[in-house]
Amino acid sequence: MTRTKKDRALRIALPLAMLALAVLAWDLVVRAFAIPPYVLPSPARVGATLVNDAPLLWQSLKVTLSIAFQGFVLAAFGGIALAVTFNQWRIAEYSLYPYAVILQVTPVIAIAPLLLIYLPQPLAVLACAWIVAFFPVLANTTLGLNSVDHNLVSLFHLYKASRWQMLLHLKLPAALPQILAGLRIAGGLSLIGAVVAEIAAGSAGAGSGLAYRIAESGYRLNISRMFAALLLLSLAGVAIFLVLSALSHMLLRRWHDSAVRQER
Amino acid sequence: MTPRDGAIVSLRGVGKTFENGVAALDGLNLDIAEGEFVPLLGPSGCGKSTALRIIAGLSEASAGAAAAPAGNIGFVFQDPTLLPWTTMAGNVALPFTLGAAGNSEPHAAVARALARVALSEFAEAYPRELSGGMRMRAAIARALVTEPRLLLMDEPFAALDEITRFRLNNDLLAVWQELRRTVVFVTHSVFESVYLSQRILVMTPRPGRVFAEIAIPVSYPRDERFRTSAEYAGYCRQVSDALSHAMGGAA
Repeated sequence: MTRTKKDRALRIALPLAMLALAVLAWDLVVRAFAIPPYVLPSPARVGATLVNDAPLLWQSLKVTLSIAFQGFVLAAFGGIALAVTFNQWRIAEYSLYPYAVILQVTPVIAIAPLLLIYLPQPLAVLACAWIVAFFPVLANTTLGLNSVDHNLVSLFHLYKASRWQMLLHLKLPAALPQILAGLRIAGGLSLIGAVVAEIAAGSAGAGSGLAYRIAESGYRLNISRMFAALLLLSLAGVAIFLVLSALSHMLLRRWHDSAVRQER
Repeated sequence: MTPRDGAIVSLRGVGKTFENGVAALDGLNLDIAEGEFVPLLGPSGCGKSTALRIIAGLSEASAGAAAAPAGNIGFVFQDPTLLPWTTMAGNVALPFTLGAAGNSEPHAAVARALARVALSEFAEAYPRELSGGMRMRAAIARALVTEPRLLLMDEPFAALDEITRFRLNNDLLAVWQELRRTVVFVTHSVFESVYLSQRILVMTPRPGRVFAEIAIPVSYPRDERFRTSAEYAGYCRQVSDALSHAMGGAA
């Protein structure tokens, strides 16, 4: 086996082995100390819950993913559009950028209760997902649009490119790697935003997302369902990250150094 | 310096002072005739590039008058300055994408420009897949694709190794002989300027102006025999001396 192949096998095998060890330890601890399931359920019990509650959990997963997805799409379009506006129109940047920063640094968990008062719950949850997800898109796109090679800008001036051509043929493609990096962060954050808002809505909420399930199961001491829902949330986050990484790789693989594997 | 008839580039008393107070050029006079190949030779930071940008209309002179053909100018930077996200063909076609008019159908013009710099088989390759010399040839093809009256080059080969540099010097001379466009070539290499040109303008350090004008009355085509001749060495010495005088004898 060559070095790289061996390396790749280890990269897959080692985390799996760690997982197996952790689950085994968990199981042994539960058995050894005879911990009751309403304190800490065994892995087998969590697995069984995952299967038995599948219809319910699946329904909740769809709700949360749908909100996270909508929040992400709005954040992507909103963030890119705002960054382009800032880039083209300095007055807009000076007027609005500080507020974008304030929105970002204010913890969303503190904003969520207010939003829940003024907006119907689904909309409030969506707004939270959007608020946390849009800033990295805005910040990264702004950085990308501003870091275009000066000589290329000169070249475009030499050929009398219009503002629109400059944006479409130079600035946006040049910013693409940064935009994609922003989107990758935004994907994870939109899920976090949706979860935070659902938790804030708590049992008062009429929602049925996964985070709501976790809160509700907590009140009912259904600990194994909490674990099952948490597991699904983690998997959803990983899936979002993988999809966005694949998209990024696909778009950049021919031309950007970040996506090209260098042979040593 | 007396103005020449048929000059297509003419700078009169051109000065340039940047916002930070640095005077890049002061009292720069030069005339370049249609079809000439003229290097601006001088030490780094003597305002050569600034002069080139003023000729191209990318920068405004703070004093004096600059006359150059408006539009249809080719420009080659020190770096290839290609768009990394598009192919060689896409890069060479950029002037047309941005609305530049060519003398012929864009597709054919791009193919011809690529063929001229021996990149035809790499038309679909991306810049990062090719060597530095090939990228520079693509930049030259892009500058030539609109068949400009004036080609401006800003130390285009400075970042390349000597072997590639010699090759590109020969390629550039071949293209120049075929097309007979006017070329203004900024360089800090004595050897390169003597090899390429008919007339060298030696510039002083900042603020830059023309210190001396040296004719190289050797007929083209020039090749490796010229590069190794005593005649060539003589001219190099003469230009070197002028350059060191321009720098105040310090070098």
